[in-house]
Amino acid sequence: MFVNNSGIGAPFEGEVRIPSGCAVSAIIDRSGKTMTGEKIIRSIATMHDRSNGLGGGFAGYGIYPDYKDYYAFHLFYNDFQARKATEDYLIKHFEIVYSSEMKTRKVKGIWGEPIIYRYFLYPLSKRLTNSLMDEGQYVVKCVNSINADIDGAFVFSSGKNMGIFKGVGYPEDIGKFYLLDEEYAGYAWTAHGRYPTNTPGWWGGAHPFGLLDYSIVHNGEISSYDANRRYVEMFGYKCSLQTDTEVITYIIDYLIRVKKLTLNEIAKVISASFWSTIDEKSEEEKREETFLRKAFPSLLINGPFSIIFGFDGGIMALNDRLKLRSMVCGEKGDLAYVSSEECGIRVIELNLDRIFAPAGGVPVIYKLNEGVNA
Amino acid sequence: MVIEIDEKTDFRTLNEKIRASGDKAVLLNGCIGQRYIATGVSEKDITVHGTPGNALGAYLNGGNVYVYGNAQDATGDTMNGGTIVVHGNAGDATGYAMRGGKIYVSGNTGYRAGIHMKAYMDLKPVIVIGGRAGSFLGEYQAGGIIVVLGRHNDGQPIINNFCGTGMHGGKMYLRCDSLPKSIPTQIRAEKVCGKDVKELKDIVCDYCRYFDADAAELLDASFFVLTPNTDNPYKRMYTNN
Repeated sequence: MFVNNSGIGAPFEGEVRIPSGCAVSAIIDRSGKTMTGEKIIRSIATMHDRSNGLGGGFAGYGIYPDYKDYYAFHLFYNDFQARKATEDYLIKHFEIVYSSEMKTRKVKGIWGEPIIYRYFLYPLSKRLTNSLMDEGQYVVKCVNSINADIDGAFVFSSGKNMGIFKGVGYPEDIGKFYLLDEEYAGYAWTAHGRYPTNTPGWWGGAHPFGLLDYSIVHNGEISSYDANRRYVEMFGYKCSLQTDTEVITYIIDYLIRVKKLTLNEIAKVISASFWSTIDEKSEEEKREETFLRKAFPSLLINGPFSIIFGFDGGIMALNDRLKLRSMVCGEKGDLAYVSSEECGIRVIELNLDRIFAPAGGVPVIYKLNEGVNA
Repeated sequence: MVIEIDEKTDFRTLNEKIRASGDKAVLLNGCIGQRYIATGVSEKDITVHGTPGNALGAYLNGGNVYVYGNAQDATGDTMNGGTIVVHGNAGDATGYAMRGGKIYVSGNTGYRAGIHMKAYMDLKPVIVIGGRAGSFLGEYQAGGIIVVLGRHNDGQPIINNFCGTGMHGGKMYLRCDSLPKSIPTQIRAEKVCGKDVKELKDIVCDYCRYFDADAAELLDASFFVLTPNTDNPYKRMYTNN
């Protein structure tokens, strides 16, 4: 478990609950064309005042085309002992095709950073076969094992051809710290500016929270946390951070990877309509929504939230059913935008084909165009 | 006074400049998300080009605010007097807890417009939405008038779920031919012809003055007037979920 509050002077994540505001933003080019992180940084920076400098982060998709078949692990280390222990573990479980310290630049406002490493990996085939797990399960198990068992090490990104970059600071500073505006180009980006309310804020606790190629950025304050946590922990997930984002990521991973639900179905589980609203729908919708609510009652996420879920090939934006957090979507040709506030979109694209605020519980899904292979 | 704004302009600096200006008329160009513009201002005419940030005209106490673009959330939060005119859409919680003054939106508004709106003596707030409104329109409304004109053409309903939940004062006018579903039973809905209601006529004429629409045409239509139904007071407001 990575625990590091050095330089921040705050208590450990998971030890404290502080009784939110946050900002989320995303861009995707559905034609698969890549862009640097410059635009997403400008987008999230217009919403500076929604966060308080205790967390910022980004997820970029399509950023590692040269290593797209390998899992890209991003790690925070407290010290070199943690690195040594982790690398010993990685060598036993993976073929490491590339490893290096991540390139960062000194930025005013970013301090207390851990040691940050990146590895491109592939599961050792014999180990994988013997584990009797599929590849995804195997990688998830290794990530959990490092995060839980190795002191001072934390895997914060573990997908293929994507990467999460995050830390303590304002998001625009974090973006520059990781050189997202120069070193990386992806077809989709999500971003988060944090205003931590329940936990003190630390490098690993910043958003996005990721698992394999899934990433979540979240603005909100869910009241169903414990009900949701208890349910997903029955299936082997371990919620160690006490953050809403962690449990939301596990819920979506469970529904999509294990239960094979579609994104639209997932929206009807986690942001289900009120029974009174379901009663007014068509017979077919009524049947579907009633089934999903009854099948997964403990995965209804209650309380205010707006999330952007990133995955290989797309993004999904979703609000809680009462729409207690703001979210705006915009489109311009192949480009699609999501932002907590309209200014986060207009700042990078003044003239849009369309701009709208999705209703609560109605997912907005933007995927790469048919046939695009990013 | 003209103030040029860009994404680097901090909202505090901007609002201090507006306040410090001796001019009655202030023009803002290139606004991009700066919050609290015209907050608590009493006697200015502020014109905003671009996208003003949240809480535009919160606690506004007089004067006028004109927006050429879409307004974000909480426009006119707890405003006391004056007028806000939005040539575009307005986000969630427009006119939240408004207690005086007028808001005119040419397009649509998001969730929770006019919630907790109230009135006292001659302070009678008015919100006019040209298009459609999201869920929870006029939730807990206690006074004042909300008018939704339904001029949108995206096929969406004029209002959404939970309109007027907990409403116990004031009035809503919805311009539509049939009563939208799911109006709470604690609300009385009466169908009227727009041109027969003096109060509504005056409000719609004001809207048309700002947005260059045809008042006679808008008023020659049926409206549903929603008021609290005193014959059926609240016992339990929400369902069990």
